[in-house]
Amino acid sequence: MIELAQRLIAGDRRALARLLSHVENEREGVEQALAVLFAHTGRAYVVGVTGAPGTGKSSLVNALAKACRARGQTVGILAVDPTSPFTGGAILGDRIRMRDLAGDGGVFIRSMATRGSLGGLARAARDAVRLLDAAGFDLVLVETVGAGQSEVEIARAAHTTLVVEAPGLGDDVQAIKAGMLEIADVLVVNKADRPGAVNTVRALKAMLELGHPAARSQMISHHGRLMPAAAPVNGEENAALWIPPVVQTVATEDQGIGELLAALDAHRAYLAGGEALARREREQIAIELTDRLRDTLLAEALAALPPAALAALAEQVQARELDPQGAVQRLLAALPGR
Amino acid sequence: MSNRAIRVLIAKPGLDGHDRGAKVIARALRDAGMEVIYTGLRQTPEMIAEAALQEDVDVVGLSILSGAHMALVPRVRQMLNQNGLEDVPLVVGGIIPDDDHAPLMALGVSAIFGPGASTEDIAAHIRSLVEARAGGEMA
Repeated sequence: MIELAQRLIAGDRRALARLLSHVENEREGVEQALAVLFAHTGRAYVVGVTGAPGTGKSSLVNALAKACRARGQTVGILAVDPTSPFTGGAILGDRIRMRDLAGDGGVFIRSMATRGSLGGLARAARDAVRLLDAAGFDLVLVETVGAGQSEVEIARAAHTTLVVEAPGLGDDVQAIKAGMLEIADVLVVNKADRPGAVNTVRALKAMLELGHPAARSQMISHHGRLMPAAAPVNGEENAALWIPPVVQTVATEDQGIGELLAALDAHRAYLAGGEALARREREQIAIELTDRLRDTLLAEALAALPPAALAALAEQVQARELDPQGAVQRLLAALPGR
Repeated sequence: MSNRAIRVLIAKPGLDGHDRGAKVIARALRDAGMEVIYTGLRQTPEMIAEAALQEDVDVVGLSILSGAHMALVPRVRQMLNQNGLEDVPLVVGGIIPDDDHAPLMALGVSAIFGPGASTEDIAAHIRSLVEARAGGEMA
């Protein structure tokens, strides 16, 4: 494992691919490699790309990566696709849309299935991003379907989160419901050559004015009159507010990609300019540590419990002799050392 | 190793645009619990070998209906080897005349599946390839 890590740092793409598999498979010993590599991370700029199926995320990642390559940046891509809950299998088809990047030594594309466990995916994705970071890619793009909590969490664990929308996928209320607007640093309306794109942009902007925390301190337009919004804003954040821009693109035609790149650069500059970057990283690390602590404690607890304890209590709960939380209390009491 | 899934690359090299077969296989392997990386049409051998490396797949499956298999398959094998993937088995599907089976197998193709092959057989073959390889790794 340590040898693989050293080969990765030396630029061996095979070693990177192997370590990505070991991370996914939770292979024993991979922690040591990750520990060695951690000192080499923190240099890549990480952009999360999320949105509903069919909005054109993969095409957008393809176009973005091409544009970044054109200005000399190397790009690592992690494309996460869902695992079938019935068979455990998955079809990972993001490479189909990334043909333009094939054969470029400055690009590395890895497809990842969500597999079973919720916590496992978040951990594997974070570690996979670190591997790409340690391998020296300037930019790491993480693409996930914005359909589940864990996928959205992955897209959030980035410096800049890009939420992709497309015309005709439901009204503005859908956008609020999905909770996607709050996490966006940059909003993209892709397929902007389709009818309805202008309406989608207008709806998103209206929602941002109303809903985005950063916009609350602004004057809002109400029945044609500008009114100050009342929500209090804490002083530090007030110094420099980031209001997510809405960018229109046609990814398959490379339209609007320059503007999108400019918006990403602007967000990066905004983060770097103040305390925002450090704060964002600290918050993300705190979330990660909490996740890892929970996973580790759970694994330890499950290993320490008598093998049949859980099944026996499940039967009691099923028979309505015990409520679920009561059963958990008993499990906790049965743990050694408590 | 609790989370291990078999990863298969399904690729269509060359210029024919008939991808129904590749998609049927991709779906069947997914339903057999495998992770299928599908690259789409018109892949060069270089693109396939690079994708196999980046995705760290256990098996590469090629679908060829153009008749160019005697040119494409050796080239893919050569490119895979060049990427250090000598031990990654190659499986071929599509329209392959009987006379070409032996020469292809001699090139290191582990199986050839034509029209009418059952998807269960294909999945079972891939599983056995992966198990054989895993056994070798442990030794």
